[in-house]
Amino acid sequence: MIPELAHFALVLACALALVRTVVALWGAARDDDALMAVAEPVALVECLFVALAFAGLVTLYVSSDFSVTNVFVNSHSAMALVYKVTGVWGNHEGSMLLWVLVLALCSALVALFGANLPPRLRARVLGVEGAIAAAFLLFILATSNPFLRLDPPPAEGQDLNPILQDIGLAIHPPLLYLGYVGCSVSFAFAVAALIEGKIDAAWARWVRPWTLGAWIFLTLGIAMGSYWAYYELGWGGFWFWDPVENASLMPWLATTALLHSALVMEKRDALKVWTVLLAILAFSLSLLGTFLVRSGVLTSVHTFANDPARGVFILAIFSVFVGGAFVLFALRAPALKPGGLFAPISREGALVLNNLLLTAACATMLTGTLYPLALEALTGEKISVGAPFFDRTVGPLLLCTIAVMPIGPLLSWKRGDLKGAAERLAFAAAIAAVVAGLALYLLRGGPLIAAIGLLIALYAIAGSLTEFADRIGLFRAPLADVSARLRGLPRAAFGVLFAHLGIAVSLLGIVSEVGWSEEKIISLKVGDRAEIAGYDIALASVSQRDGPNYRELVGRMEVRRAGVVVAVLEPAKRLYEARNQPTTEAAIETFGFGQLYASLGEPGGDSIVARFYWKPLVTLIWLGAVLMAFGGALSLSDRRLRIGAPRRARSAMPVPAE
Amino acid sequence: MRRLLLVMVSVIGLAGPALALNPGEMLADPALEARARALSKTLRCMVCQNQSIDDSDAPLAHDLRVLVRERLKAGDSDAQVRDFLVARYGEFVLLEPRLRLGTALLWAAPILVLVLGGVAVFFGLKRRDASAPADLSPEEKRRLAELSGGPADLTKV
Repeated sequence: MIPELAHFALVLACALALVRTVVALWGAARDDDALMAVAEPVALVECLFVALAFAGLVTLYVSSDFSVTNVFVNSHSAMALVYKVTGVWGNHEGSMLLWVLVLALCSALVALFGANLPPRLRARVLGVEGAIAAAFLLFILATSNPFLRLDPPPAEGQDLNPILQDIGLAIHPPLLYLGYVGCSVSFAFAVAALIEGKIDAAWARWVRPWTLGAWIFLTLGIAMGSYWAYYELGWGGFWFWDPVENASLMPWLATTALLHSALVMEKRDALKVWTVLLAILAFSLSLLGTFLVRSGVLTSVHTFANDPARGVFILAIFSVFVGGAFVLFALRAPALKPGGLFAPISREGALVLNNLLLTAACATMLTGTLYPLALEALTGEKISVGAPFFDRTVGPLLLCTIAVMPIGPLLSWKRGDLKGAAERLAFAAAIAAVVAGLALYLLRGGPLIAAIGLLIALYAIAGSLTEFADRIGLFRAPLADVSARLRGLPRAAFGVLFAHLGIAVSLLGIVSEVGWSEEKIISLKVGDRAEIAGYDIALASVSQRDGPNYRELVGRMEVRRAGVVVAVLEPAKRLYEARNQPTTEAAIETFGFGQLYASLGEPGGDSIVARFYWKPLVTLIWLGAVLMAFGGALSLSDRRLRIGAPRRARSAMPVPAE
Repeated sequence: MRRLLLVMVSVIGLAGPALALNPGEMLADPALEARARALSKTLRCMVCQNQSIDDSDAPLAHDLRVLVRERLKAGDSDAQVRDFLVARYGEFVLLEPRLRLGTALLWAAPILVLVLGGVAVFFGLKRRDASAPADLSPEEKRRLAELSGGPADLTKV
């Protein structure tokens, strides 16, 4: 019964989404309050139905109901409960359902908390969101139904792909989807504003919390995915420039740019057209991300053609929403009045430069990701665009972005003082140069690009701190004043500090990993030792262990430093029996911010191949992302972002203008 | 030791994959091996989704790693090894496409976006300057200062 009921709930949700779209948009066009008011309750009920369907699928997975094809193909009765649940979105159909669930939740939030929006704008936003929901629900119902039955039901399932049986998978896709779908709200706002033909600073205020929320989830989702790949794939890389990874980084770059341009629009009423375009682009890239991953078009153009129903549907959804939004943009954008004026050297100017660099990075990634497909389709020639290309192109662009980052907050709006900013940054640059020089001396040099990166990362950290110290008058004003200023600062100011520090800290981790990692690949017998970065590692034993649905070969390794055992590593090779698929389980021990990483390779004769890495400061990569997300959350909690919230009482000390 | 072997065979079975680069494949000469590693990272394992031959477990990647090292030992330069592999497997084997007519747009993309974006920003700012109201005349400034009781030079405010 459950699959049929859940399926029916999806059908109802789809019908409601269509109703919402038509009634809300028509109502807004006729300015009919009664019609527009329909959108909110419908969005809530629709969300309930999607949630019911999703709960149904989770129930089927948890109870291992193999009469449902989707459960049979992606689950196993012996799997741990947590993986039974996460297996729900570890496949195409289930992940699309999760996507729609998040979308429905977003709409419900707009319906619940959108009371302060002008009614027509709210109706249009909900209408556009409804159209996206309807398209995705139709796609699921027509081509990717997770509730199809099998007859006769098999006794046992085929198991979830072992690589996906990991807690990382439990967290990574939902975070990423929250980010992708969060972009759909900014998109809906942009399209709604274009339909209205009116856009102002208040619009930017409404959009910014949504963008910020999406950005926080994208940041965490990408970081989680990166860490997951790092420990699960067994060779210690943290970023592979894989098309699937690129597909998540592109919306992140676009939302980062959008956050900054929306700031200009909110404060200075400028960059309107560009901000709307970015909102459309960010969601288009999210859609592209979802579809590129889901359709298999990236692996080869031919996989795409193998499943024409899905492929054509995907292409249709993409063209309607992205194409439609761009046509609307082309028609309406010229009517949007340009706003506030500013000199090239100003906070606005710095944010424009930020947008230019981020856009260039994003466009390069998009070109690199799609170029092989386009070239093959046009000329039949097959080429690869991989990590070395992106390292050489996107890498420097992002380095430049981080290098100019500390300048922006030091410039004032409208007309800034570049010389003053440079003077204040000179101190930060000097500290960075000294520290970097010292580090390079102690490390006895390193690759040039890593040295440059190190300098930029340190300078960005010092620069962000300088700006903050400057703002609260540290070292200039008496301590009582400083603490008063500190308390008077809006949360968004702390948000900027943490987000900017976070990206610099991530860069520091990346640079350190790229430039100064050590690697040892060695064949070991029981009792043999290996030495890496001052750690002495001895293979104590190799034994077999049984897990719930796998068997594993575990190497027990004792790590000594100066004769003392400081850690025991147990890397393993696992064999998941249902699929007869082996995986590598790395063992990782954290020392300070660095990590010692061990994984097992091929056994040969009476010895086994082991890989050891010492990765200095590598955890900073992900800690930086957590800092960024924390900064975003602080900004999000700033009362000023909430329209209609009572203004906080002015603090006693004047706070420097932002 | 026999037990270890037994465990290995029973767990890994015969289908066990090799894990990327193996010690057995490495060259004795550290300088040559370093070149082989760097080169391997730019060569695609053609049967994998997006892996270099340095990272891949596939048997093909193993063969290519050995081949690269053989060529290097025979005295080939990095470029010669690449040419050799391209002649054999096509441009697809290179993770970083070479600059040719077909890939010109790819390599130009970052610069094009920066230049076009920069031009757009420049003209956007110019157009705005033109539409901006003219600055106050000195007489107006003086009058404004009088009325507001502030200093005459407004740029110092």
